[in-house]
Amino acid sequence: MKRRTLLATAAIGLGLGLAGAAQAQDKTKACFVYVGPIGDGGWTYQHDQGRLAVIEAFGDKVETAYQESVPEGADAERVLTQMALSGCDIIFTTSFGYMDPTNNVAAKFPNVKFEHATGYKREHPNVATYNARFYEGRAVMGTIAGRMTKSNKIGYIGSFPIPEVVQGINSSFIHARKVNPDVTISVVWAYTWFDPAKEADAAKALIEQGVDVILAHTDSTAPLAEAAKSGGKVIGFGQASDMAEYKPSPRVSSIIDNWAPYYVKRVQAVIDGTWESQDAWEGIGGGEVGIGEITDAVPAEVKAEAEAMRDAIGSGAYHPFTGPLNKQDGSAWLAAGEVADDGTLAGMNFFVEGITGDIPQ
Amino acid sequence: MLRLERRPTPSRFWQYGTPVVAVVLTMIAGGLLFALLGKDPFAVIRTIFWDPLFGEFAWYLRGQLLVKAGPLILIAIGLALGFRAGIWNIGAEGQYVMGAVIGASVGLAAYPTESRLIYPAMVLAGAFGGWIWAMIPAILKTRFNTNEILVSLMLVYVAETILAKAATGFLRNPEGAGFPGSRSFSSYKAASNPELIAGSGLHWGGVAALVTAGLVYVLLQRHILGFQIKLAGQAPRAARFHGVNPTRLVVFCMGISGALAGLAGLFEVSGPAGQISIDFNSGYGFTAIIVAFLGRLNPLGIVLAGLLMALTYVGGEMAATNIGLPSAAIQVFQGMLLFFLLGVDVLSNYRIRFLLFVKEAR
Amino acid sequence: MDFYGINPAVLIASLMVAAVPIMLAALGELVVEKAGVLNLGVEGMMIVGAIAGFIAAVTSGSPVVGFLGGALAGAALSLVFALLTQFLLTNQVATGLALTLFGLGLSSLAGQGYNGIKPPATHAVPFGPLAEIPFFGRILFSHDWMVYFSVAMIALVWWVLRSTRLGLIIRAVGENHEAAHSLGYKVNRIRLGCILFGGAMAGMGGAYVSLIRVPQWTDGITAGAGWIALAIVVFASWKPWRVLIGAYLFGGITVLQLNLQAAGARIPVEYLSMSPYLITILVLVIMSSGRGRAGLSAPAALGQNFHASR
Repeated sequence: MKRRTLLATAAIGLGLGLAGAAQAQDKTKACFVYVGPIGDGGWTYQHDQGRLAVIEAFGDKVETAYQESVPEGADAERVLTQMALSGCDIIFTTSFGYMDPTNNVAAKFPNVKFEHATGYKREHPNVATYNARFYEGRAVMGTIAGRMTKSNKIGYIGSFPIPEVVQGINSSFIHARKVNPDVTISVVWAYTWFDPAKEADAAKALIEQGVDVILAHTDSTAPLAEAAKSGGKVIGFGQASDMAEYKPSPRVSSIIDNWAPYYVKRVQAVIDGTWESQDAWEGIGGGEVGIGEITDAVPAEVKAEAEAMRDAIGSGAYHPFTGPLNKQDGSAWLAAGEVADDGTLAGMNFFVEGITGDIPQ
Repeated sequence: MLRLERRPTPSRFWQYGTPVVAVVLTMIAGGLLFALLGKDPFAVIRTIFWDPLFGEFAWYLRGQLLVKAGPLILIAIGLALGFRAGIWNIGAEGQYVMGAVIGASVGLAAYPTESRLIYPAMVLAGAFGGWIWAMIPAILKTRFNTNEILVSLMLVYVAETILAKAATGFLRNPEGAGFPGSRSFSSYKAASNPELIAGSGLHWGGVAALVTAGLVYVLLQRHILGFQIKLAGQAPRAARFHGVNPTRLVVFCMGISGALAGLAGLFEVSGPAGQISIDFNSGYGFTAIIVAFLGRLNPLGIVLAGLLMALTYVGGEMAATNIGLPSAAIQVFQGMLLFFLLGVDVLSNYRIRFLLFVKEAR
Repeated sequence: MDFYGINPAVLIASLMVAAVPIMLAALGELVVEKAGVLNLGVEGMMIVGAIAGFIAAVTSGSPVVGFLGGALAGAALSLVFALLTQFLLTNQVATGLALTLFGLGLSSLAGQGYNGIKPPATHAVPFGPLAEIPFFGRILFSHDWMVYFSVAMIALVWWVLRSTRLGLIIRAVGENHEAAHSLGYKVNRIRLGCILFGGAMAGMGGAYVSLIRVPQWTDGITAGAGWIALAIVVFASWKPWRVLIGAYLFGGITVLQLNLQAAGARIPVEYLSMSPYLITILVLVIMSSGRGRAGLSAPAALGQNFHASR
C-alpha cells in the first residue's frame, strides 16, 4: 500500500492507473461521509440505509466505512483525504457543503471515485454528482394536500431559502391549487435543518393559523408529532424517511429518499470498471424518490388521483413544472405546455404566482 | 480518610506530571468504554493517539493537527487573557463568525481585483468584525453592568443568523446558480489563505496563533498590563488600589479576545473552509474555552492543549472510519479526557494526606 | 381580540408548554447558583435526562416513571460535576462545558435503537367544565400535569429559599462560604446537594422535551435549550418568580415569531428569528441598569471553589 506516492506525486499517479485494477482483485471499499448522526431519523439515516443496501447487495465483495457528523469545510477535506488514503475506492459525500472539499480531494486522488450529493461542481473526471428530484414527490403530496384540506390552508415548514426547498414549496402549491383553486399556502422558515422543538413550534403556529395540512422540509418527525396531537384534524407527510410510526394519520403518505438503488448501481460500476463521471438527477422514475404508502385516512378517489400523478411523473409522461405558469410577480415563466429546464430548477429562487410572502434574500 | 492540603506553591513536578496521569487514566476508562461497545480498546487508543503522529499517514495528519489546532489556539489565547482578569467571554463562536463574515465581505467586494493589499485589508476587517462583536457585551458591561457571559452567548445565535443570511443572501455567489454559499476563496488568489509550505498544514492562521502565543506570553510576564490582568483576576480590590481601571480592562480584554476570534474566523474562511456557507462555524469558539483551561490559561500551555485537542479530533475521526466507532463515543471519550485533565490538576496545588488516626482539630 | 389573526389565548397556552423545559432547568440552575456554583453543563444534563426519561417511559409504559428516570439521570451526571468541582476543586466553567460535551455524546450512544419510537402519551389534566371557560379555560386548564408541576416547583423553591432554614443556609453558602464554614456548615456537602437538585431538574426538563413537547427521541433533541436556561437565571436575577417570567417571555417570543411568520406578517424572517436573543439582551440590559440594580444581586461567591484550609 504505497499510497503515499499517489498523493505526493499526484500527476504521476495518473500513470499508475494499474492501482485500480490491482484493487479490483480484493474487496471494493465504499466510504460514506455523513453530515449528521445516523440517529437523526431523516437525511443521514436514509443515506446509511443506502450503505446497508450496498452491503446487502454485494456481501463479501465490498467493505464499507463511514464517518458521522462531519462539519463542512476543512474537517470534511481531512476526512475525505483520510478515507482516500486508507483505500476507499468510491466515496459518497452526502451534503451540499462538501462540494468544494470533494473536488479538492478528488484532484489529489485520480484513482478514487467521488460522488457528491446535491451539488453541481464536477471539476475532475473522477467526480460525479447526484441528487433526487424531491419536487416530484412534492407534486404528489400537493395533490393530496389540496384535496384533503378543509380550511383551504396548507402550511410548509422550510429550512433555509435554498433552491431545493423553493422547488418543493412551488411544486406543492402548484399541485394543491390545481385540484383546489381556493388553496393558500403559509410558509414558515425555521432557519435550521434540525431542531425538533422549533419544528414542533412551527407546526403548532401553523395549526393555530387554521392550517390543516402540513408539509415539512426539515429533518425530524416533530411536525408529525405535533399534528398527531390535533386528534385527526391535521395531517402531514413523512419527510426523507417513511416515518411509518405516525401511520395512518397524521402521516398519510411520505416522500422517501431512497439512495439504495443509486449506491448499488455506482458501486457495481466501480467493481466492473465502468464508472464514469455524470450528473444524476433521478426522481420517482429512477426510484430515488419513493412515495410511502398512502393510508386509508385518504379517501379512495384521492388516493387514486395521487397514485395516478405518481405514475405519470414516474413514467415521464408528466413534468411537475409544466406551463402555463407565472412567477409570483405575475410575469410569465413557462408558456402552455412548456417544461422547466433543469438549469432553472436547480437554481430556483422565486415563488410561482399565487404564493404570498417573500423568499428571504 | 483523605484530606487535601494546600501547597504553599504549586508543585513543579505535578504541573508537568498531571497531564500524563490524565491521559493514562482516560486511556483506561476510554478503553473500558470501547470494550463495552465491542471494539478492541488497544486498537482504538492506538488509532487516536499514535496513528496521527506516527502511523502510516502521519505525514499528512501531522499537518492536519496544525490546521485543526490553529483556530483553537488563537481563540483560546484571547479568551485566557479575559479569564485571568475575571472577564468571561463565552461568545467567541459569534465573534469568530462575524470576523469571517466581515473579512470575507471585504475580500469579495474587491472581486476580481488582484492586489497585494486585499489580503491585509481582509485580515484587518476580520479582526475588526470580531472586535466589534465583542465590544457589544463589553460596553453593555461597563455602561450598564450587564452580565457579559450571557450577552456574548446570545450574540452567538444572532451571528449565526447573520451568517445564514450572508450565505443565502448578500454574499451568495452570483455565479452559483442560486445555491447558498459565497464565492470560493481558493480560486481567488488575492484573497486566499493557502498552505504556506505544501503538506505542512501551516497557513497564516497557524503563524498568527504561534506569534500571538509568544506575544501574549511576554505581555503577561513582562508588561504592566499583564500584571494588572493577573491582579484583577486574583484580587479585584487590590487591583483597584493599584490604579487598575476596570472599565479599560474589560474593554481591552474583550477587545483582544474578540479580535483574535475574528482573525481565526477570517483565516479559516479564506483558507481551510474556503467559503462562507450556512454551517461555516463548527464550534471552535466553544471548544477554545476548554482549551484555554486545559492550557491553564498560559499561552504556551494553550498551544500544547490545542494540539492535544486536535489530536483527539483527528484520531477520533480515524477511529470512526477505520474501526467503525460511533462519533458519539469519541465525544464521550473527549469529555472523559477533559474530566481527568481537570480533576488531576488538584495534585499540583494540593497535597493529598491520608489521615487515619489524626483527629480533626477544630 | 386578534392580532394578525393570532389568538392570544392559544398563543399564551402554547408558550406555557414551550417554556416548561427551560423553566425547570433554569430553576434547578438557580438553586445551584444560589449556593455559589456555576454549572454550565445544563445542556448536557438536559439531553441525558431526555434520553434516560425516554427509555424509562418506553420500557415501563409510564410517563411518570419517565420523568423520574430523567431526573435521576440528570442528577447522576451532575454528580460527576459535583465530585470534580467540590472535591477535586476543578474550574467550574471548564468542567461545566466538558459536562455538556460528555452528555451530548453519552445521550447519543444510549439512544441508539430508540429512534422512531413513540413514547406513551401524557394527557391534559381533566378539569372538566373549567376548561370550557372562554379565554382562561384555554390558558389555565388545558395542560398536562408537568406544566402545573413546573409552576408548583417555582413556588416551592421560592418558599424554601425565602422562608426556611435550609434556604438560609444555601444562601449563606453562596454569599460567603468562609463565613458559612466558620458557622459550622459543611459548604461542599450543601453545594453537592444543590448541584444534584439542579441536575435532577435539568434532567426532568430534558425528559419533557422528549416525552411531551416533541415526543420522540433524536440525537441532539434539546438543541441548545440548556444555554437558554442559563441565560434565564441571570435574566431572573436569581429570583424564582422571575424565572417563570423569563421562561414564559422567551418561550413567548419564540412562539410568537413563528406565529407571525405563519400568519404572513411582512417582517423579514431573519430579524424575527434573531429577535428572541436580541430581546433577551435588551431585557438583561434594562434589568441590570434599572432602579433595581439587579445585576448586583448575583451570589457573591458564584463560581468560586471552596477549600476548608485552616
